[in-house]
Amino acid sequence: MTLDLPLIWAGLIAVAVLLYVMLDGFDLGIGILFPFARSKEERDVMMNTIAPVWDGNETWLVLGGGGLLAAFPLAYSILMPAFYLPILLMLAGLILRGVAFEFRFRARNKGRRFWTQMFAGGSILTTVAQGFVLGGFIQGVTVRDDRFAGGQFDWFTPYTLLVSAGLVAGYALLGGAWLMLKTKDNLHGDARRWTGWAALATTILLAAVSVATLLIHPRVAARWGFDLGDGFALEPATLLPLLPIPLLGLAGLALVWIMSQRGSHGWPFVGALLVFLSGYLGLAVGFAPYMVPYALDFRQAAAPDNALGLMIVGTAVILPMILGYTAWVYWVFRGKIDEEAGYHH
Amino acid sequence: MDFDALLLSRLQFAFTVAFHILFPAFTIGLAAYLAVLEGLWLKTRNEAFKTLYLFWVKIFALSFGMGVVSGVVLSYQFGTNWSEFIRLTGGVLGPLLAYEVLTAFFLEASFLGVMLFGWKKVGPKLHFASTVLVAVGTSISAFWILSANSWMQTPQGHQVLADGTFVAVDWMKVIFNPSFPSRLAHMLLAAFITTGLVVGAASAFHVLKDRARGVKTEGWNESRISLVMAIGLVAVLAPMQLFVGHWSGEVTHKYQPSKTAALEGYWETRADQPLHLFGIPDREAQKNHFQVSIPGVGNMIQNLPRDEVITGLDAYAREDQPPPFIPFFGFRIMVGLGLLMIGLGAWGAWLLWRRKVFDSPWFLRFCVVMGPSGFIAVLAGWMVTEVGRQPWVVYGVLKTRDAVSPVITSQVATSLLAYIVVYSIVFTAGALFILRLMAEGPVAARTEPAPRSRRPPGTPLASAPENSSPDDDDTPDGPDGLRGATS
Repeated sequence: MTLDLPLIWAGLIAVAVLLYVMLDGFDLGIGILFPFARSKEERDVMMNTIAPVWDGNETWLVLGGGGLLAAFPLAYSILMPAFYLPILLMLAGLILRGVAFEFRFRARNKGRRFWTQMFAGGSILTTVAQGFVLGGFIQGVTVRDDRFAGGQFDWFTPYTLLVSAGLVAGYALLGGAWLMLKTKDNLHGDARRWTGWAALATTILLAAVSVATLLIHPRVAARWGFDLGDGFALEPATLLPLLPIPLLGLAGLALVWIMSQRGSHGWPFVGALLVFLSGYLGLAVGFAPYMVPYALDFRQAAAPDNALGLMIVGTAVILPMILGYTAWVYWVFRGKIDEEAGYHH
Repeated sequence: MDFDALLLSRLQFAFTVAFHILFPAFTIGLAAYLAVLEGLWLKTRNEAFKTLYLFWVKIFALSFGMGVVSGVVLSYQFGTNWSEFIRLTGGVLGPLLAYEVLTAFFLEASFLGVMLFGWKKVGPKLHFASTVLVAVGTSISAFWILSANSWMQTPQGHQVLADGTFVAVDWMKVIFNPSFPSRLAHMLLAAFITTGLVVGAASAFHVLKDRARGVKTEGWNESRISLVMAIGLVAVLAPMQLFVGHWSGEVTHKYQPSKTAALEGYWETRADQPLHLFGIPDREAQKNHFQVSIPGVGNMIQNLPRDEVITGLDAYAREDQPPPFIPFFGFRIMVGLGLLMIGLGAWGAWLLWRRKVFDSPWFLRFCVVMGPSGFIAVLAGWMVTEVGRQPWVVYGVLKTRDAVSPVITSQVATSLLAYIVVYSIVFTAGALFILRLMAEGPVAARTEPAPRSRRPPGTPLASAPENSSPDDDDTPDGPDGLRGATS
């Protein structure tokens, strides 16, 4: 039996990144919404809804990075220098928001205010930086002799700024919907309003990013059946099979809107996850099978087969276990969090 | 000196990895200690063990958080600053690092949540299991990262292809490379001893404080229990570390002779080497200044016959010599502190035997002073091994200068500066919180979550001067018993 190991690994890393975006997405969303909270107590509850799980969520980012290093070292060695500064910003943001969980709890007075700001600022910085990386990724990376050969600010364009703004709105949507699921009373009401605004912003920005992507990147447009190079041409045979992807996103947004009107606590979160799934698949259509757009595909970037093989053996056993105990942890911490039910060690 | 991207990248890696290693060095041991405490509590139902657990788990949470975030930086820095290294060796090192994430990071991160926040959510046995899994996770993590780093020291089981990239030909040989067993043992012992010294120092501080206050303590209390546990650990493990360290040194001598030459300050290849106690190694002059040596015992220290020739740095072209200054002094600092630790263990064991530990203020002060010594020894040891490997990133196969990313100096300068600023803030705050907790001690910490300002008068903390200031000036604390993320 021969397994297509590069393909399997490309799929696994794609899933890891998707899980990261969804899971840490709502953690970061909490940070983005932090400045809108009314009181210290609200912020405490908001933080408590994610305190037991954020670390596990962030580990998917380490798996995304570590998995890319291990399975596609060539892609890793090109992409990391290409996004040197945004990755630095992301890491700085992750550090500040990560330590803020414990530090804010330990700090007094001014120190606590400082770590409240660092939690919000770190989350926003992380999200913006991830948006730059994502936008820069879609734009494509300049490669020569298997090495990054572009400029240090290639990732900073109006297009990547737009993507960043979209990601901030999207994470805020995830965070707001998560809070609707996990909180009650006043905070739940606030979360519902935040979710509404975030959904509106996400809708607008997602549409803007989609249009901009099609206009600016003819290669991506061609994938969707558009030819905008000279006037307007459309290839329905290409577009039609892909239509379920944007429709999924629209369904997700509808779910957020309608179900929060009807007073549902859980469905808006499902809707927000669908929006992200749709956006993710939509982007994947644009640059698959590239690992380094638009220079190296996943086969060219893959590690030797024996490295991929060694890893798949363990992954086949360990990944289901990880998913199992992760689900168990979420089960343990299920239910609403309020001021009384808050907990700390 | 030319501050180019290579040098700045090396400085940045040294800075970020040195910052990071402080936390694993402490949390590996502390996680195991917490598992022991919780196990003892479950077995004996002695509340002192639970009090100690609840106290040290707070310090664990702070340290672990800093370890996690500084570790994420490293997993990306391989790419941002050392992309050529990964491009070439990723096919060999990648799986080792990926297995660390899969087998350790998820385990630690997921069960940490239960360990910290799950007291009322799961039963005591499941909670204990979570603590044990976190402890196991920290050690598994050490396994993989030490394997990867040891392969860089003593590479084997691989083949270099025509284009310069590495592929593994025998994974068992890659993972269990020659220096791995001794270095893993050395590091795990170092982590346990570091934790023992910190726990010992914090405990001794409170025993001393009770003495100074004239508090009459008959029998046991929390700090006394943890002090005795720490002394026991150091008394057993510190001497053991001497032998494991020696083992590691023998492996180094066999496989990395240029490192041994640098850390011993041997410039000349000869039989019957002396032992240099002190000196200022000078690369330009290719000799040591102000040398203080014992002739005739160098070979004996290495456990080699006196007539065996030991390689000196003169066996290498100047550009292939490791810079000797840091390995030479790092080694002496590490060994010196190690000997002090053995002394502390022996003194403590003797006092325990004479039942005088709690009445020996000089010993207790010594414990307090030795609190940070484990961290210093760990840093010194890692500097010996990493600088001693130079100019190679993979010893004998790939030079550090060929491993750096195609990034420009200004970028690296920016990132180094950013890390220095961010880490300074994080480290200062973290150290402050940990020291503050330690100063409060396990008994005071037990009374959380009641807000500080509402602690009834007459308890030790209410009279402590640092608590006389109002607790909150921005927002009032919630009512008693209300547990927010911020007390």
